[in-house]
Amino acid sequence: MSTKRNFIDLQRHLKDRTRGAFSAAHTLLPYWHRVTHQWQLESAAEMIHSLFLINHTGDIFLEKHWKSVISRGVCDYFLEVKEKAVEPENVPPVLQTPHHYLISIYRDKLFFLSVIQTEVPPLFVIEFLHRVADTFQDYFGECSESIIKDNVVTVYELLEEMLDNGFPLATESNILKEMIKPPTILRSVVNTLTVLLFFPGSSNVGDKLPTGQLSNIPWRRAAVKYTNNEAYFDVIEEIDAILDKSGMTVFAEIQGVIEACTRLSGMPDLTLSFMNPRLLDDVSFHPCVRFKRWESERVLSFIPPDGNFTLMTYHVSSQNLVAIPVYVKQNISFFETGSCGRLDITIGPKQTMGKMVEGLMVTVHMPKAVLSVNLTASQGNYTYDLATKVLVWDIGKLNPQKPPNLRGTLSVQSGAPRPEENPALDIKLKIQQLAISGLKVNRLDMYGEKYKPFKGVKYMTKAGKFQVRT
Amino acid sequence: MSASSAFNDEKGGSSSVGEPEYGHDPASGGIFSSDYKRHDDLKEMLDSNKDSLKLEAMKRIVAMVARGKNASDLFPAVVKNVACKNIEVKKLVYVYLVRYAEEQQDLALLSISTFQRGLKDPNQLIRASALRVLSSIRVTIIVPIMMLAIKEAASDMSPYVRKTAAHAIPKLYSLDPEQKDQLIEVIEKLLADKTTLVAGSVVMAFEEVCPERIDLIHKNYRKLCNLLIDVEEWGQVVIINMLTRYARTQFLNPNINESLLEEGGEKTFYGSEEDEDEDDEDKDKKAEVATMAKRKPYVMDPDHRLLLRNTKPLLQSRNAAVVMAVAQLYFHLAPKAEVGVIAKALVRLLRSHSEVQYVVLQNVATMTIKRRGMFEPYLKSFYIRSTDPTQIKVLKLEVLTNLANETNISTILREFQTYIKSMDKDFVAATIQAIGRCATNIGEVRDTCLNGLVQLLSNRDELVVAESVVVIKKLLQMQPEKHSDIIKHMAKLIDNIQVPMARASILWLIGEYCEHVPKISPDVLRKMAKSFTNEEDIVKLQIINLAAKLYLTNSKQTKLLTQYVLNLAKYDQNYDIRDRARFIRQLIVPTEKSGALSKYAKKLFLALKPAPVLESPFKDRDHFQLGSLSHLLNAKAGGYQELPDWPEAAPDPSVRNVEVFTLLERVTTLTSVPEWTKCSSREKRKEKKVEKPFYSDSEGESGPTESADSESDSANGSESVSGSEVSGSGSESEESEEGSESEEEEEEEDEEKDKKKKKKELKKKPVQESESEQSSEEEEEERKHERKSKPRKSDSETESGDEEESESESSQSESDESESEAEVKKKKKAAQSKPPAKPVKTDGKKEKKEMSLLDLDDFEPAPSPQVTPVNSFLSSSLVTDLEGLSLSDSVLSPATIAPSSALKSYELLHRITGEGLSVEYCFSRQPFSPDANMVAVQIQFTNNATSDTKNLHMEDVKLQSGMRVKEFPEIELLPAGETTTAVMGIDFCDSTQAANFQLCTHTRKFFVSIQPPVGELMRPIFLTENEFKKEQGQLMGMNEITERLTLDVKCRNEHTIVQRVTTAANLSRVPCGSDKECRFAGRTVTSSSLVLVTVATKEEGAAQLTVNCEKMVIGTMLVKDILQALTQ
Repeated sequence: MSTKRNFIDLQRHLKDRTRGAFSAAHTLLPYWHRVTHQWQLESAAEMIHSLFLINHTGDIFLEKHWKSVISRGVCDYFLEVKEKAVEPENVPPVLQTPHHYLISIYRDKLFFLSVIQTEVPPLFVIEFLHRVADTFQDYFGECSESIIKDNVVTVYELLEEMLDNGFPLATESNILKEMIKPPTILRSVVNTLTVLLFFPGSSNVGDKLPTGQLSNIPWRRAAVKYTNNEAYFDVIEEIDAILDKSGMTVFAEIQGVIEACTRLSGMPDLTLSFMNPRLLDDVSFHPCVRFKRWESERVLSFIPPDGNFTLMTYHVSSQNLVAIPVYVKQNISFFETGSCGRLDITIGPKQTMGKMVEGLMVTVHMPKAVLSVNLTASQGNYTYDLATKVLVWDIGKLNPQKPPNLRGTLSVQSGAPRPEENPALDIKLKIQQLAISGLKVNRLDMYGEKYKPFKGVKYMTKAGKFQVRT
Repeated sequence: MSASSAFNDEKGGSSSVGEPEYGHDPASGGIFSSDYKRHDDLKEMLDSNKDSLKLEAMKRIVAMVARGKNASDLFPAVVKNVACKNIEVKKLVYVYLVRYAEEQQDLALLSISTFQRGLKDPNQLIRASALRVLSSIRVTIIVPIMMLAIKEAASDMSPYVRKTAAHAIPKLYSLDPEQKDQLIEVIEKLLADKTTLVAGSVVMAFEEVCPERIDLIHKNYRKLCNLLIDVEEWGQVVIINMLTRYARTQFLNPNINESLLEEGGEKTFYGSEEDEDEDDEDKDKKAEVATMAKRKPYVMDPDHRLLLRNTKPLLQSRNAAVVMAVAQLYFHLAPKAEVGVIAKALVRLLRSHSEVQYVVLQNVATMTIKRRGMFEPYLKSFYIRSTDPTQIKVLKLEVLTNLANETNISTILREFQTYIKSMDKDFVAATIQAIGRCATNIGEVRDTCLNGLVQLLSNRDELVVAESVVVIKKLLQMQPEKHSDIIKHMAKLIDNIQVPMARASILWLIGEYCEHVPKISPDVLRKMAKSFTNEEDIVKLQIINLAAKLYLTNSKQTKLLTQYVLNLAKYDQNYDIRDRARFIRQLIVPTEKSGALSKYAKKLFLALKPAPVLESPFKDRDHFQLGSLSHLLNAKAGGYQELPDWPEAAPDPSVRNVEVFTLLERVTTLTSVPEWTKCSSREKRKEKKVEKPFYSDSEGESGPTESADSESDSANGSESVSGSEVSGSGSESEESEEGSESEEEEEEEDEEKDKKKKKKELKKKPVQESESEQSSEEEEEERKHERKSKPRKSDSETESGDEEESESESSQSESDESESEAEVKKKKKAAQSKPPAKPVKTDGKKEKKEMSLLDLDDFEPAPSPQVTPVNSFLSSSLVTDLEGLSLSDSVLSPATIAPSSALKSYELLHRITGEGLSVEYCFSRQPFSPDANMVAVQIQFTNNATSDTKNLHMEDVKLQSGMRVKEFPEIELLPAGETTTAVMGIDFCDSTQAANFQLCTHTRKFFVSIQPPVGELMRPIFLTENEFKKEQGQLMGMNEITERLTLDVKCRNEHTIVQRVTTAANLSRVPCGSDKECRFAGRTVTSSSLVLVTVATKEEGAAQLTVNCEKMVIGTMLVKDILQALTQ
């Protein structure tokens, strides 16, 4: 029976297992048992009951309960599943145990595991957990086990403030920072923006309420003051593409994001307009953006939060052909006999709009049977991790005159069958000063304040999920 | 850092279970003696006088708590510090207290008084946090204290505190469900709150405490819809989910007559007569919407439409949970044609974190089964990357399979071909199953798929082959006769394939279709007999089956083989196999003992077996509300609220009407205009009120707030005046920028909404203006008394009143200021005599309305004599109202009166001609307080220029004789980009002549003119039906103008007619017994001449319009305007 597995419904499989194993007192009503027009009475309960932070080896290093304490034994169900999953990413985000539901996310090598007792939209919890991780990132510059342990009191206060009785209370970083001051020594922020995060001065935990809680603009703290008023916008586009063996585009699209950093005094009201807003097919906004204005005039009108934030994300209409900046010629083959294979990859510029392609990197997940590689790179260096079977070729800048090449032999475990599939290539690249879709910011106007801010816009194109099938 | 040191040093914890990190900590020797010593340390530090030491100790303790260590023995030491002045220490003490209070109830009680004190603190933050901690202490004994605290906080000035109160409700409920009834009262009160801050939290409380009480939502439904976009993200999710359920109980299925669509469409298209006839017959049964819905094309309830329209922008939210909530709302509530809008947003979420993808794909998979077309354009977005986690791959595969149809199958199969080569074998197996499903669903590609799968049989990977065999088996079952060569091919494979399931499948196939491969099958059995003992159980069973089938069809060749196999099986270790062998032997081998069954053996074994149906595991999952946990698990989770089926007939839509109070109030003020003139104390507010409607119609929603507390003293009709105060005052020109901005946004929405809002109601209010002053003075007395007796309540009223006036914080604070005076007075009175808190009563609708009007009066400053006529007017009208209760019963109420809806604004100065200054005006239809004979004109100035505009004022007014103008106060400064409003009054002398004047700034002058439509030259009055008839009788002949007309197609119901007429002219509805007639009444502003309008409807949209007015010019013009409004 072992082969016949129901892969489609891993979830149900797990559920059945747990149910069988613990012969739960938790009886499930058959789902066809529908009571028309009857509003059922259920015992009230909060949304998120408890949170556990678990590192990738399975140690629970922090717990927070918003109601009565739930024993950390509940995590055993999760840890069991985690053990079985080969990759941490393969742990299903939602698990069912006899008395609880476990919803987890995996971020930065940590599991954020929340315990739920009753019906709740799973995305609600997932999105909240990511918001918690974002907040840690924002506060401490990174979100790792050691940094959380180092700042455990701040973390605890944050969690206390972010949820009340399991329901999100304050999740805007501007507001949180007024209530709980971030650690004073800041680690460098991993950020594409050139400007460091600004933190409100040494003002202690306010005995006055953060104004945002009362205003219509809950994302901005009041009484912001700067000597230099600046507003920077980074337009970052990512190309998601799948190319087939012959280099033809199977699927390609552009996803863009506008990251903003505003350090403006008072209550500035900004209007950002584009030269060609028609390019944008689908958009999502930070809550500060006035949707009506966008609908009617295609301009972004908003009172920005203070500091860094994601103003909008967009998707470029798929009618437009997506320019693929590089071509990839590859030949990976394994010989039927002799337990070896050959690899030959060349990358050259295709549609780069005259800009330099930088940060070029090729990642290949080799089949398990590949023992070692013996390659020569015409440019850059390559590494092959024997344990994970990942080949990384770091090229750097793309030389248009002399397209970089990597070639050589692969040695395959003797006796193992010839790998069925050739590994796909993941390409990473960066092009500065270019939005590949052609999107251009027209102008930025500020109303409501008298000073003249310094304004800046930067463009960048990156490879997103850019994969070449071989 | 202290925290980190604490982390390493703190080895507290006497007996915690399962702490894996113990081992990783070198310092954790578990030296218990030193542990206790350390705790002594902490105790010492906590007892010290220095805050820094206390803070240090608390940090270490919190670090212990965070790691799950037991720190309960420190409770006495910690709880002492609950009153500590240092806010940092205090916060950490709170954290500790909430964690351990349950365990140490007695000691926890020591802290309660601190919180009770905190609840009275002037700082809202402290009030809120006191309530938060108090309600988080899960100690049953303090339930009454919590209850009291929640009730008080629910009427707090600060929305933040009210929000905390909403959060506290579920906490108390889970602690003591007995409190449910009282809590519901608080929820009801908070539901009426107008602030976005509170909305999400109170709906959350509603969902947890009393989700079955949908009746509480009715009155707040429209408000919730309109506030939605400004509520914080998490609240949005909760509200949207709740409204989905609400809509399912209150509206009709928009897809109900899909099948009847063509028929219905035709009818309307040709406007056939029979349809109209039917209508006539049905007219009396208007309430029975369901019957009509079956016969007529479906008409969506405007409230249903409102919900759909107001949630749609949220698809653009950055929060995946919000997007999903809107998507499920559309999926469950929208007409089929409109559901498509959600696809794009959901596809966007696929770019998000893998957990989000996982949940979204599950929901998309369910949606694709029902609405495949919706996602077809996004097919490629579901293509799989080799780096996706397996669970995502499998879900994407599921979606791709669901999306497959004749046109795209070739693309999909090509894509599948790539997947089959993947290194992730689980995924390959899933792909093969997917191919099998495509093949069963789409006949055209069955052979292609089959051939492809057969090729896979020579795959190197056994798992792939096995899965293919299993799928091929299923496919062959559909048309075995055509594929004997494939069966032969598979028979050959049996030598190589080792996977038991695959071997078993092949054997089954050969046995089942042995007549198609007569030569091969006995040979296969021979081979299997040879290897029988080494096979897996599942294969052995199939060998026995094969033997039995062959014995029955080809006994000559296989008799001996069969017996050999059965003998082997007889001695097998597995009892299933032994049983099977025994059973089959008895069945097929004829012996003298064998019963009647053996005759039928062939039928038993070789019966035609139905082909298996390969269907999606997501089929029928939409029983569950999409986006819910239950949907994801495909099992009902605790606390899941069933998504109700659509009702057969729509419940009464008028339950959501909330206009009543406001309208009533407004009318009262209108009719009493002259008396307001000298009332200086109110002037300021009056102006505010005048401006209000320009921005939003939220006044229309003030009702529930006011009604929340009210009950009893229905006799005090006079009080209703104050209601107008509350609802009327509002946004102010001085309000800060962000306030006006946000309101502008709202305005747009509201205007839209307003147009839709057709169902308005008002109780009949006869006019009795000639009331004596004396009686009203008596009432004045009464009112004072009343105020004294209910100061507490009035406080809350004031507060809630404030909220509704302005969603934006700025304008709110502004109004707070303006009312501070009133409050001070109230508080003084409150100090004099504090009454017991009155319980909220959920009484009949009727009574409540009266009450709300009364209570609001508490809010007013001391009455001045000038106001009396207002009171007298109202009191008398209320008296009549009470006498004639029948008039306001449900039959008439839906549309007794419709207020003016969206105010049309006109351009006074264009942005370009005004060099950046644009000016618009509208007729606010509010009384102009300085002079009752003037029409109030609200002017909105927007400075689009980059520089400030100064000294905005008017000059050089040129008027026709008799006309007068009251200029608006000079606006000293209008900064760039800002907007402000002002009100001016114009006495048009009952003519439509334009008022010309110059608009001056510090640099320029512009010539502008304001010309009123005739409908704005009047103000509404109230008449009873009898009075109306009497007055109409006196205005016959020359004063009566009658026109026949054909009503616009969209304007054939009462509500629309009322709405259009009241939009065209500032009139009020007069109640009328017949539903074929709509009557309206008003007086011209200057000369107070009566204007009476009657619209009598007949069959087929024919109607007759009658206008009675002694001013013939006005009458003629009005006829023209109304005609246009009704026929356009």
